[in-house]
Amino acid sequence: MANHTHAPAPLGGSLFTPFTLLLGTLSAIAGVILLYRLFYGLGAVTNLNDGYPWGIWIAYDVVVGSAFACGGYAMALLVYIFNKGQYHPLVRPALLASLFGYTLAGASVIFDLGRWWNFWHIFWPGYAQVNSVMFEVAVCISAYIVVMWIEFAPAFLEKWGLKDVRQKLNKLLFFFIALGVLLPSMHQSSLGSLLVIFGEQIHPLWQSGMLLPLIYLMTAILLGFAVVIFEATLSSTGFRRQLETPVLAPLAKLMYGLLAAYVVVRVLDLLLRGALGSAFAATWQAFWFWVEMACFVVPLATLATDRARRSAGRLFAGAVLLMLGGFLLRINGFLVGYMTGEGWHYFPSLAELMVTVGLIAFEILAYIYIVRNYPVLPAAQPATR
Amino acid sequence: MDRRTFFKASLAGGTALAAGAASCPAQARETHPMPPEAVGLLFDSVLCVGCKACVAACKQANGMPMEFSTKDQYWDTPLDISGKTLNVIKAYRNGNMEAKDREENGFAFIKKSCMHCVDPSCVSACPVSAMQKDAKTGVVTYDKDACIGCRYCVAACPFGVPRFTYDSPTPQISKCQLCIHRHKDGKYAACAEVCPTGATLYGKVSVLREEAKRRLALKPGEKTEFPRGHLRAAEEKALRGAPEGKGEQRRQGWQDDGAQRYPGVAGQYLQHVYGEKEFGGTQMLMLSGVSFQKLGYPDLPPRSDAATSETLQHTLYGGLIAPIAVLGALTFIARRNVKHEDGEGGQNG
Amino acid sequence: MIETYIDETTEAAATVAGRLRIDRREFLQFCAATAATLGLPTGAEAAIAKAVEKAQRPSVIWLHFQECTGCSESLLRAEHPTLEKLILDVISLDYHETLMAAAGHQAEAARKSAMKANKGKYILVVEGAIPVAQDGIFCKIGGHKAIDMLKECAADAAAVIAMGSCASWGGMPSTDPNPTGSSGVADVLGKPVVTIPGCPPNPYNFLATAVHFLTFGKLPEIDQLGRPKFAYGRIIHEHCERRAHFDAGRFALEFGDEGHRKGYCLYKLGCKGPETYANCSTIGFGDVGESNWPVACGHPCIGCSEKGVGFTKPIHMTAQLKGMSPPASYPGVVEQQGKTSFVSAAALAAIAGAAAGGAAMLAKNLGKQDDVPAPKKGE
Repeated sequence: MANHTHAPAPLGGSLFTPFTLLLGTLSAIAGVILLYRLFYGLGAVTNLNDGYPWGIWIAYDVVVGSAFACGGYAMALLVYIFNKGQYHPLVRPALLASLFGYTLAGASVIFDLGRWWNFWHIFWPGYAQVNSVMFEVAVCISAYIVVMWIEFAPAFLEKWGLKDVRQKLNKLLFFFIALGVLLPSMHQSSLGSLLVIFGEQIHPLWQSGMLLPLIYLMTAILLGFAVVIFEATLSSTGFRRQLETPVLAPLAKLMYGLLAAYVVVRVLDLLLRGALGSAFAATWQAFWFWVEMACFVVPLATLATDRARRSAGRLFAGAVLLMLGGFLLRINGFLVGYMTGEGWHYFPSLAELMVTVGLIAFEILAYIYIVRNYPVLPAAQPATR
Repeated sequence: MDRRTFFKASLAGGTALAAGAASCPAQARETHPMPPEAVGLLFDSVLCVGCKACVAACKQANGMPMEFSTKDQYWDTPLDISGKTLNVIKAYRNGNMEAKDREENGFAFIKKSCMHCVDPSCVSACPVSAMQKDAKTGVVTYDKDACIGCRYCVAACPFGVPRFTYDSPTPQISKCQLCIHRHKDGKYAACAEVCPTGATLYGKVSVLREEAKRRLALKPGEKTEFPRGHLRAAEEKALRGAPEGKGEQRRQGWQDDGAQRYPGVAGQYLQHVYGEKEFGGTQMLMLSGVSFQKLGYPDLPPRSDAATSETLQHTLYGGLIAPIAVLGALTFIARRNVKHEDGEGGQNG
Repeated sequence: MIETYIDETTEAAATVAGRLRIDRREFLQFCAATAATLGLPTGAEAAIAKAVEKAQRPSVIWLHFQECTGCSESLLRAEHPTLEKLILDVISLDYHETLMAAAGHQAEAARKSAMKANKGKYILVVEGAIPVAQDGIFCKIGGHKAIDMLKECAADAAAVIAMGSCASWGGMPSTDPNPTGSSGVADVLGKPVVTIPGCPPNPYNFLATAVHFLTFGKLPEIDQLGRPKFAYGRIIHEHCERRAHFDAGRFALEFGDEGHRKGYCLYKLGCKGPETYANCSTIGFGDVGESNWPVACGHPCIGCSEKGVGFTKPIHMTAQLKGMSPPASYPGVVEQQGKTSFVSAAALAAIAGAAAGGAAMLAKNLGKQDDVPAPKKGE
């Protein structure tokens, strides 16, 4: 049963804090570097090379970044498909974070494309090559970004007082919500399918072949829940509001079930392919594999009971670990486990890193701005401490 | 949601999914076959003497810039294929490098350039059809005007062939295209044209395969003849001692590269034609005395990764049947739930 | 600068110049040229000058067997010094069928007396192959079989030098089917000798070897076939002026074609440079400079000095490349490529550390707050 007292409202308050100034600076640095990249090429700014043609701008900004932006997807799935209305207050903030996460993931793709002025070819018949996994990922992500802006439009329309438009939109919203569940299911799983064509160039610990879409989809939804817990906690702490543990705890229970299912799938996949042996070799791949597994297995222990899930600290720690786990699964698959051949080396350059950091900073800054000026968060519930 | 609604919704969704799955059975996309008029190269590491005439000729034929790897930049010294170099010869070294084409305490030369796969990963990966395979000759071409520079092809190729010009604000992919731009002038691959020992041979893949088999059938030390340049079917017949070969060949003096045969002695070959079956075959075939893995070429199964990847995509999304079915189910459920919410007094998102 | 080594007033230099009836400058140029041919360091020309000044002229016996006399002809073309100066005044050429004044029994008598007088000290030079088939009857000089004559002369010689390919390994007479069993000196004597192969060899290869022997009392460094390394240490392909064309794939395909006119590599016309050890491309012939040798004139090297190549392989048959092991700078199968960034790694570590620390702190602080009690039913 929905809670009547949670009608969203702008947070208000000053945008200019030391924190937002820091965020602004980092964003500006990223902007300058990107301008330089525009005029002097990728090589002038990144450490990309032909052994590692995809660096952190793809592996993190796009693949991990979009997975971290699955909060909206996870919440839409819960609230509108499985009809768990009690999570409704979490929808808009999650959607906002997703909106920016995905928009910036999409922007990162453009920044990374070498011949970016041709990017419209992906959508154009005659150019579009429909057998390519990347085609499907690009089209679905682009469509999803549009859908999310539409899904979030009510918040803008509310602020701008366009009630008629808002009502008309509300009548059609269910269709966009349905799309907003289908599209991420497609592209988040396909982000995993991208690895299939690399065949044995991906280390056996991450080359799950036909199971890749399922593994990436499950972790995307897991990450969606984890990110919601993470951002809700940070929001409450940062804006000095009451913690939303009563809502987050049962959410965590659902997350827990999915986590258990995922760990089973992942371990079975490794066993059935006979890949587990390589986890015991003295290699960096084996090391990072165990770190990744730990990030999934530790929350299985720490969030096992209802009581544990009511602890805000444990919830937050568990969410962070899951985020790290999902991050590592993707970084390991695309970079650490990408066996490009002997002799090649890659580590992101400082400029490359600052762009990623700057984009995240920009995302947070935009989130803070929107939340302060538009009705996103539930109405003021000051922290009781 | 009450139990009845839930049950209905699940049934609807489940039926939709099952219908979707049934209508597009796991369409195993088979590995593509070789085009009938496929042309390619035969590289024989045993004949190669590492002179790098092919590297120089390729640079000239394709107008590629110099690539320096030494402090004093006197001449073109590429260490690998790159945005500036489409073809390179690399040396395998072991121990004291006493004998050629021997794995232990030996050395050998290996060519690195596009394999022109029969079922290329790059063509399957490219989202904008910049990488294409010619239906007739099988040459894998690159169109920079279509390319978006995503480098999926660079990452996908199991041989690490496509390279990218990262140092340019208007970068592009670089790879051998078998000199198709010279075909209209009646010319063929420049590397094959200049090779002094016939280590790189150009011709129809069917003819080149015969030549490869002929060489593997020779005993080490056996006297034989080796062709240079463009190997035509008639000349291959002559090499095999078939009488009709001589009649077919019209000698046009030394200018006809196709007739540039020379006597030699067969070396020690590994009994494996690389590119015959790997990923369904490649149009650049290779022979060697040293194992191909030591020369930097991976051991690949007959089923191409492109086939596996496309099988996955077609199974999940073929004809958009499953996505539309799922969308239908989701729309139905979402409509009910949003309506349900509206009914409770306007609490909507 | 040569003047700094040899004092103008030295009596020795004057004596030598007088004896040879050449002026001092010419003599010193000869010494310098010989030293250069041998690849000796600066200062060696002084040693050569000193050696030559010695009054004693060593005896040389020169035998001719199955030959065309081309090697002697080649020697006749030498100009520094001219051959007559050398053979009349530096060495004592006691027996040479082409050049000596005597003939018939007189000539043979001269040989025998020279051998007796200089027993153990004369140099034996052999030109031409020695037939061994059918007991060696296919070549007789003065009724003596070549094979016997060789063994007799070699017995008391201080050094044996095989001049030309024929004497070195059989040369042209030994071409398949070799009906007379033409063999090189080393094969007949059963022991290694110094060989100066070539058809004909550059005369300075022989002259420099002889003068080295005179100067230092021993022969220059030789390889396993007895060839002096200063002349036969490298294959022609390694110091050919057309090598750049080979490396760039520019070949002449037919005599007179465009590539041939432009001076492109003659590998495809059968040049045996890649498997022939000699120095023809470095010093050339006829004293007109290093650009006077077969390849420079547009004809592929036929490998005349190399056993198994010259007069064995057809002239236009493609050569086998020797010594093609790649140099250190040749690209290897694996090359180190790509960059890593220490600064970036440090920055990333700092950021990750800060994030981890912050997260841990927040988790701890949150943990300090009371657990939220279980929601009561009906809420």
